[in-house]
Amino acid sequence: MELFTNAVLLTLLAIVTVAIARQRSLFGVVILSGIYSFLMASVLIVLDAVDVAMTEASVGAGISTVILLATLHLTKSIEYPKPRNTLLPLFVSVFVGAALVWGTIDLPAFGTADAPIHRHTTPRYISDAQDHRIAPNIVTAVLADYRSFDTMGETAVIFTGGIGVVLLLKGRRRRRPGKTAGEGMS
Amino acid sequence: MIFAAAAIAILVSLALAVVRALRGPTVFDRVLAGNTVGTLAILLLATYGFVTGRPEWLDIGIAYGFLNTISTLAVLKFFRHGDLAYDIDEKGDAS
Repeated sequence: MELFTNAVLLTLLAIVTVAIARQRSLFGVVILSGIYSFLMASVLIVLDAVDVAMTEASVGAGISTVILLATLHLTKSIEYPKPRNTLLPLFVSVFVGAALVWGTIDLPAFGTADAPIHRHTTPRYISDAQDHRIAPNIVTAVLADYRSFDTMGETAVIFTGGIGVVLLLKGRRRRRPGKTAGEGMS
Repeated sequence: MIFAAAAIAILVSLALAVVRALRGPTVFDRVLAGNTVGTLAILLLATYGFVTGRPEWLDIGIAYGFLNTISTLAVLKFFRHGDLAYDIDEKGDAS
């Protein structure tokens, strides 16, 4: 069942991706990327990564749609003539994709219990998280305590990105700065 | 068993909604198809939980519903006014 569901969802994802690349209207691209995000969130749910699915849905389908629409309003949707040579970009993307697939060959199979990532520090987290009394939930303890510097770096990156988007969208609209900034952050 | 059948039916409707989003002659077909995909994602989330015997993530469907509504409203507001910060009181007319 899991394999079948994933196969269907991933096929739909591939179809939507090709459609996004071929779509000529930017408005349609925004809607199709919303569809892409919901499909991707479903794939992640089938793969048991509910938290990542939640992030994908809220960032991809929620905020990205709104931000892309706001950007579409600020820019103009004029189509430039076709780029001269598409051969080199095609080669680069195929090469990078092949390298990534080649890199996954050595990975342990999905869901294997004795993969290195499950044997190195995870047993210690599981056995000690209760005794250290840092957070009542092991996942929260790992994210917020054992890997707190990592998480702090991540939030700094996201915060910087958010500030950049807010500044970009604010730009010309001096008349009602509060509202535009509010949209970027909501 | 019945949940597996429901999940397959949802996957088929997902495929149909994606087809509508790709072919849709007007923008509204695409918007409606996007909204349908969001709704079907909620249904798939709920059904798949029961298929695997762990229906603990039902409440995430609520968040998906919120996101779906917000993004559809944003798209439609942009389509009508060409501006997300449109304020009906400021412009004076509702047209």
